[in-house]
Amino acid sequence: MRIDFEDYFALTQLYADYAAIVDSGKYDLWPDFFTDDCIYRLQPRENYERGFPLATLSFTSKGMLKDRVYGIQETLFHDPYYQRHIVGSPVVRKADAERLECEANYAVFRTKLSDASTVFNVGRYIDTIVRTPAGLKFASRQCIYDSEMIPNSIIYPI
Amino acid sequence: MNQTSSIFPRSPQWESDGTHRIPFVAYTNEELYQRELERFFYKSHWCYVGLEAEIPNTGDFKRTAIGERSVIMVRDAQGAINVVENICAHRGMRFCRERHGNRKEFVCPYHQWSYTLKGDLQGVPFRRGVKQDGQVYGGMPADFKTSDHGLTKLKVATRGGVVFASFDHEVEPLEDYLGPTVLKYFDRLFNGRRLTILGYNRQRIPGNWKLMQENIKDPYHPGLLHTWFVTFGLWRADNKSQLKMDAKHRHAAMISTRGQGGKAAQVTDVSSFKESMKLHDPSFLDVVPEAWWGKPSVVMTTIFPSVIFQQQVNSVSTRHIQPSGHGAFDFVWTHFGFDDDSEEMTLRRLRQANLFGPAGFVSADDGEVIEFSQQAFESKPFHRALAELGGHEVEDTKHMVTETLIRGMYRYWREVMEAT
Ligand SMILES: [Fe+2]
Repeated sequence: MRIDFEDYFALTQLYADYAAIVDSGKYDLWPDFFTDDCIYRLQPRENYERGFPLATLSFTSKGMLKDRVYGIQETLFHDPYYQRHIVGSPVVRKADAERLECEANYAVFRTKLSDASTVFNVGRYIDTIVRTPAGLKFASRQCIYDSEMIPNSIIYPI
Repeated sequence: MNQTSSIFPRSPQWESDGTHRIPFVAYTNEELYQRELERFFYKSHWCYVGLEAEIPNTGDFKRTAIGERSVIMVRDAQGAINVVENICAHRGMRFCRERHGNRKEFVCPYHQWSYTLKGDLQGVPFRRGVKQDGQVYGGMPADFKTSDHGLTKLKVATRGGVVFASFDHEVEPLEDYLGPTVLKYFDRLFNGRRLTILGYNRQRIPGNWKLMQENIKDPYHPGLLHTWFVTFGLWRADNKSQLKMDAKHRHAAMISTRGQGGKAAQVTDVSSFKESMKLHDPSFLDVVPEAWWGKPSVVMTTIFPSVIFQQQVNSVSTRHIQPSGHGAFDFVWTHFGFDDDSEEMTLRRLRQANLFGPAGFVSADDGEVIEFSQQAFESKPFHRALAELGGHEVEDTKHMVTETLIRGMYRYWREVMEAT
């Protein structure tokens, strides 16, 4: 399986843009990385590997992502924090004319006001990315995290 | 050095016999916390350890915790559930490192002492020493009996697929412990159907463990803190509701029946309420009533000290409190369903799980407020919190506008903690 340079460039650009947006605080732009009938899951590795379906967050449409953004911006009370994603280079598992299946390691740091930066959530993205007229979009993004204990809460998108 | 400090009191100074003003020091003092562990978690109380469905087969085990002590829940060859402490009888090592799995026996890797699934010691390497040149060297003393050195065995009770254990073999029967009022709501949820495990969420909340019990005994906050509930019509102060306690006021059930939505502004008092707000994807709130509910659509049951049973419409879970020092606890959510759930119902439970847990639309903020309360308690331990909504008394009510359940829990807390 090979993809050409243009595809790989577009793919790394997608990953970089995604990280930049979820770290920027412009959550309104987050759903636009996904297709309308997308899947987004934030799931403990334990559940993933043991075949348990429960996820910490599990969304099955772009509409749900927009509802999450509304929750973040309007209804969820939380301590303000910055987050910073460090995302590894994608491994392409499969590619054809329509879609790419990729994985990438990620680490997210959290910085609360007047506090030190700490490791917040560490895991791996398992993605299905489709070609659309508007460029590459996530048909599915699963964030499978190693972090055994969520440090109290996760508010912003990983 | 013996002076008593007015800023850092060493024991809680209650303002009266009542429990409507709770000293901050009840959340911050390490000595008090150790007394809580001893009196609530290690003696005369039942603590939650898990669900039978987590260990369906012989040899299946799950490692968990009671208070700060590591325990293993395991199913033996007779099908019985045993709970043993995860401490080798030899050198005291916490030998079980996996959190779940299947074993024929437990073996401590340090010196290969082995135990049956009931916790009996069965093998001690070099017990009879080593033979060399016709001589026997070493070995355990002649009076060493394996029967004296099993793992610490806990008393176990199961009901409706839920497993409780106690280090205290004199503890009252589980049914008496829960009491008839709370037992009724326990049995409503765990009515004998087999459970299916949907998965876990784990969070570490930097607050005193009692704050989580109080959070689920507090019907004052949901309509105010959880604006998501209110915005989308899931919570209204005029919902038909009841608050009930056991005779000792340590456990409670918050029971409510969902209102009809619509014009809720006048009963919410929430300034951010937006009646025009609609979900982009209404399937978050695709609620389908189930026969076993009877009338109520929400029943939150707090079982002191260690667990909360959640039924929030179609989402059901256990929430296990595992304290870690006076200022933190691990909160482990086990979402489940029932054997006879259709595929649609399973998907519905999973979808509604988005509301709960460490990132949930209406639960993430509970952990946050607990953290910030604890921060304040630590800095001002001579002060106290108020729990005076609905008066000073402890009583069951037919409304939600009261902190009676918190007062009830502290009445029990004082009885136990102040006893000599
Ligand atoms: Fe809450």
